[in-house]
Amino acid sequence: MSTAAAGHHDHDDHGPAKGWTRWLYTTNHKDIGTLYLLFSLVMFFIGGGMALIIRAELFQPGLQLVDPLFFNSMTTMHALVMIFGVVMPAFVGLANWMIPMMIGGPDMALPRLNNWSFWIMPFAFLLLLSTLFMEGGGPAGGWTLYAPLSLQGGDSFAFVIFSIHFMGISSVMGSINIVATIFNMRAPGMTLMQMPLFVWTWLITAYLLIAVIPVLAGAVTMLLTDRFFGTSFFNAAGGGDPVMYQHIFWFFGHPEVYILILPAFGIISSIIPTFARKPLFGYASMVYATGSIAFLSFIVWAHHMFTVGMPLAGEMFFMFATMMISVPTGVKVFNWIATMWRGSMTFETPMLFAIGFLVMFTIGGLSGLMLAITPADIQYHDTYFVVAHFHYVLVPGAIYSIMAATYYWLPKWTGNMYDEKWGKIHFWVSTVFLNVLFFPMHFVGLAGMPRRIPDYSLQFADWNAVASIGAFGFGFSQLIFVYVIFKCIKGGEKATSEVWEGADGLEWTVPSPAPYHTFEKPPAQFS
Amino acid sequence: MSLISRVSVAAMLLVSMAACTGNNMPVGVTPISKEVYGLHMMIFWICCVIGAAVFAVMFYSMFKHRKSKGAVAADFHESTLVEIIWTAAPLVILVAMAIPAAKTLIAMEDTSDADVTIKVTGYQWKWQYEYLDSGISFFSTLDAEHNAARQVGAGIDLTKFGDNYLKEVDNPLVVPIGKKIRFLHTSADVIHSWWVPDLAVKKDAIPGFINENWAFIETEGTYRGKCTELCGRDHGFMPVVVEAVSEEKYNEWVAENTPAAIVAESDAATAGTVEASADDDREWSMDELMAKGETVYNQACAACHQANGQGLPGAFPAIAGSAIATGDVDAHINIVYAGKPGSAMAAFAGQLDNAEMASVLTYQRNAFGNTVGDTIQPSAIKALR
Repeated sequence: MSTAAAGHHDHDDHGPAKGWTRWLYTTNHKDIGTLYLLFSLVMFFIGGGMALIIRAELFQPGLQLVDPLFFNSMTTMHALVMIFGVVMPAFVGLANWMIPMMIGGPDMALPRLNNWSFWIMPFAFLLLLSTLFMEGGGPAGGWTLYAPLSLQGGDSFAFVIFSIHFMGISSVMGSINIVATIFNMRAPGMTLMQMPLFVWTWLITAYLLIAVIPVLAGAVTMLLTDRFFGTSFFNAAGGGDPVMYQHIFWFFGHPEVYILILPAFGIISSIIPTFARKPLFGYASMVYATGSIAFLSFIVWAHHMFTVGMPLAGEMFFMFATMMISVPTGVKVFNWIATMWRGSMTFETPMLFAIGFLVMFTIGGLSGLMLAITPADIQYHDTYFVVAHFHYVLVPGAIYSIMAATYYWLPKWTGNMYDEKWGKIHFWVSTVFLNVLFFPMHFVGLAGMPRRIPDYSLQFADWNAVASIGAFGFGFSQLIFVYVIFKCIKGGEKATSEVWEGADGLEWTVPSPAPYHTFEKPPAQFS
Repeated sequence: MSLISRVSVAAMLLVSMAACTGNNMPVGVTPISKEVYGLHMMIFWICCVIGAAVFAVMFYSMFKHRKSKGAVAADFHESTLVEIIWTAAPLVILVAMAIPAAKTLIAMEDTSDADVTIKVTGYQWKWQYEYLDSGISFFSTLDAEHNAARQVGAGIDLTKFGDNYLKEVDNPLVVPIGKKIRFLHTSADVIHSWWVPDLAVKKDAIPGFINENWAFIETEGTYRGKCTELCGRDHGFMPVVVEAVSEEKYNEWVAENTPAAIVAESDAATAGTVEASADDDREWSMDELMAKGETVYNQACAACHQANGQGLPGAFPAIAGSAIATGDVDAHINIVYAGKPGSAMAAFAGQLDNAEMASVLTYQRNAFGNTVGDTIQPSAIKALR
């Protein structure tokens, strides 16, 4: 190890290459992290644009703007883009930037693999988005691609499947890289239980991804052969089983839900102690709670399927297992509050987003507890109540954590402080519109409005108009986010290495902006 | 009156107001739906209490423990006792919730000893109801006026439909009150889901499977619902309407609508049966076939192939100028009769009677600029069966 390091000594000071090839050929974890984050930002606006088409059509009853088939392809693509193109790449980008710096390693363990796993993504999404311009349009059977409906699509379906394969390959490679990095690149003497919680949650997330992405790959490959090569995996008339698809899909899909939230838990666990100026409460129980959530995620999948006609014993099992999830999740929320308790809090933008996360994720978690009650779920299932629930855990959950992380680490990345005034405006405007957008969905859902419909009965008209106004407000207020980010990249008040008064962790020991190469000599405090 | 009971009365008033204005789950009209509503409200209040407690502590801390108020950070960061308490306490609440939920679930799944059994089959995009006891069978589709109003850019004033916009059908399901009705759910194409909120009945209709559930309706009335599983382009437009009537009225309705009666009316179209009728054997004129064919086309074909016969490129093929609709008669009959496996093209043998199928085939061959010029007679379809 030491001889290898010595052999590369003459490269120690070199900075990034010049021009666009820097980004194409880069193996630097910071460059690749930046690429992932910018990619995610672009996709956020594409997916958001689709959401605005949906909300524009739903602004009033009757069909004004789009054909129902196109509406269905918008709901399908909105979900695929937001899940695979926004939240997952953003978390991978944050992992790239922060994990090596948090564990005192010089880079990711597998830098060329890292380059490859990013550069697959733009092509995967080019394939996916191009289907919108093909004959027959994009996929319109919902992001879950339930057979047999998804098999009715046009020939563009093959492009959808291949793009999912590419995204999957990218995710699995990224995950392998993260696992290898965490196990091999930690500063000498740093034990697993000394790692920041963001590193822990990503370690567990990476294992979830490695476990379930191949399951998704198998499921969509079976769809592909059913559609194009005459097999009958999911075709009842040919001896197949449409419900089997749902079991396989949700065996992937439920862990996927936690893939979208566990890194967020890690981010919030970094930010709250900083701004409370007090160490995280219950570090060990946070780690165990994350592990428990990951384990439970594998045994609750059929709670997405309470209406498919499972045997009573199956419904009982999945109801009880699902209710159990609220225990470790509750522990996390209580620990965060205990961290704030008797702290010395200030409320800069990252803290505002973290508190927004805490409040609204809890609301989403509580409606999740309601959904676990099977007899009630049978009424809630596939209504806007469910739409409200998962948007409360994904938007002020996953998305807010990503925004909190961006504001929190942006000074470390750019060397400049962001504009605090506009950051706070961004938070408050987003939070108001977000609740105007998603809260009324609880009401229309309970009152009987199914999800995935382009037109609805008149008693739902008022709340849908309100939600659409919220949607446009929330969508356009994200332009503030872009403004703050680019303003911060261009300049601003210089940041110190520590940046935040209460910050604790190795990433705050390097200068701001973080040099192109950090920790080429490992930090010594753990050995 | 104690403070607690005053607060709870006020809270109940608030909730019932919310329910009246259509912001809450309906209480419904079956014993099960009432139990489900009770469970829903119980878990809702539990969540409210937990949420209020959590947020109270959080916001107290945010106001009290802020640096600007001179708060100095404490240094504690774990307490085994506290952590055990807040792991165990939710478990107790969960067990308390799980017991009544499990009881209701067991009751919901008990479909034994039913008085009436109705098979519900989902199609893209309509429902078929078959009364297994009396042999009554018919299709139920979105009402024609509503269907016209929901076309893109139709610009029709929707307020005349009131709250029932998109919740009106041509033939509602008629069921008796005070009887245990068992529903059998299946599908002819993709997965649908049959939902009536007032009955707390929601079950997926899955091709190749038969699912069951049941309802015991206590009050007469019309109860409306929707398909809740995405089933393609017109998923939002296949409502469910259930008319619950007294046992006497139900028996009258059954007597009027048993298949023999339908044949006598020679109006098979409204009931959608495939019984043979005298019409099948006579020679139909081109004009007759075209006129009937247009009606049938708009009901059965236009959702996919579009009212102008142009289809949606890539998703649904055009009828205008199509090789099938302008080509060999037998191939054309076959694809409508038997469907095209692996595509959205359904087999219409069970959905259209002989005259309907013959007229729609003739219409497709001679409309939208197609000029084959031949007629297909109901007798030719009859010969296939």
